Amino acid sequence: MIVVPCPNCGPRNSSDLRPCGEITSRPDPATASLSEWRTYLYLRENPAGWVTETWYCRSGCRRYFTIERNTATNEIRDSEVS
Amino acid sequence: MAKHGYTYSAGKLLKHGLSSGAWPRMWRRPEARSSYDVAIIGGGLHGLATAYYLAKEHGITNVAVLDKGYLGGGGSGRNTAIVRSNYLTPEGVAFYDRSLDLYNTMAQDLNLNVMFSRRGHLTLAHTDSALRTMHWRAEVNKLQGIDSSVIDEHEVKKQAPSLDTSKDTRYPILGALYHPPGGIVRHDAVVWGYARAADHLGVHLLQETEVLDILCEDGEGPEGKGAGGRVTGVRTNRGDISAPAVVNCTAGWASLLSNMAGVTLPITTHPLQAAVTEPCKVFLPTVVVSGSLHVYVSQTDRGELVFGASVDPVGTYRVNGTLEFTEELAGHVLELMPGISKMRLLRQWSGLCDMTPDYSPVMGTTQVDGYFVDVGWGTYGFKAGPVAGETMAETIATGRDADLIAPFHISRFTEGDLVGEKGAAAVGH
Repeated sequence: MIVVPCPNCGPRNSSDLRPCGEITSRPDPATASLSEWRTYLYLRENPAGWVTETWYCRSGCRRYFTIERNTATNEIRDSEVS
Repeated sequence: MAKHGYTYSAGKLLKHGLSSGAWPRMWRRPEARSSYDVAIIGGGLHGLATAYYLAKEHGITNVAVLDKGYLGGGGSGRNTAIVRSNYLTPEGVAFYDRSLDLYNTMAQDLNLNVMFSRRGHLTLAHTDSALRTMHWRAEVNKLQGIDSSVIDEHEVKKQAPSLDTSKDTRYPILGALYHPPGGIVRHDAVVWGYARAADHLGVHLLQETEVLDILCEDGEGPEGKGAGGRVTGVRTNRGDISAPAVVNCTAGWASLLSNMAGVTLPITTHPLQAAVTEPCKVFLPTVVVSGSLHVYVSQTDRGELVFGASVDPVGTYRVNGTLEFTEELAGHVLELMPGISKMRLLRQWSGLCDMTPDYSPVMGTTQVDGYFVDVGWGTYGFKAGPVAGETMAETIATGRDADLIAPFHISRFTEGDLVGEKGAAAVGH
């Protein structure tokens, strides 16, 4: 079980929330080429280590927030409302 | 027909049983050379099959298969051993059906009993929308000559009498996609068969050899990696090995290795858990899959029930089991088969699945010359093993993507030409 600290609701079981994946830099939709946009949509670093990722507190406060999680150990550092 | 190594028979069993003579080793443990024509990373089913077909079909035998652990210790030894070809896209159907053909003749080809049991495969539909997808799949399948049809709940009951087909369940069974050629195979035997045959043809199987870096030159990224460059070899914990062709046949660590060549993949890694019960008398004649209940089950020749589920929702490289999985699995399985409520689970385990956005693999050439990928195998890598080996071998030998895998090229993500297979490859939808 992974316990995720929601900044509003406190520690919650990960199954109460939805993981939205690692944060990638979003190109400007007005100027990005199709290929740049698809790279943003689909390609992932997928590292085995610390990642900054977004979670959605779907059965609590329904806010999006950011945490740092180590994907090799599932250790979590901190969280903030995004 | 070339016999690959030692032949096993009742006579040999009697001879070894009566004497204390050890069985001969199935493959050698060679010293690594400093250079090979092809270096394959990952000594699982895909890597070994690629090596075997390179040697057998294309005469390329100066090949090394590198594995950081032991052969077949990853996804090849952790899957639930189900094979089928009733996919949703024409590209997927053609590809997986070729794999079933190869499984069909594998025991003769590899001179090893892989215990292929062509017992039929039921994908249950519990909702109208699921039934509609089953009809869609059945029509796509029939068009390509695959034995696949939709049956109603009475026919389901005939095929698998232990299933609860009554109407007073939470998710009543409305029908199923029935695929008679589907079945199960002994997954370790497949790995051993390919390993032994490849070894017999001269391939070097280098276990406990971990790839630390992929060496490149002339690419646009740092250290000559990335698009426009070419590979020159790999750095391992046992020293550098030069090779003009490097093949990434890993699962779970595919992104990490591919990043070493400067090729970013469209993959996130998720664990998938499975479990097996104590053995009992054989009562389940087919493979049963339920998308709505996120479970698939088959009974092995030893009588154990093998269960698999959908991938864990949180992407991670950690493969520990969870109580949530066991609870959910037990609840769902008992909805399908209330009669097994007294059976005990023997063990549960977990393996890593490289999930792609469209539930199809990423195969063939890449933007780095000489670097080939056979990755993104999600939850369907075992059933594709033989055809993946055959087509990757052709791609490496000719330098051109084989016809069957051209739709799975990495460029489809930047060109927006995805092969959406989720309707037939995922149970968690």
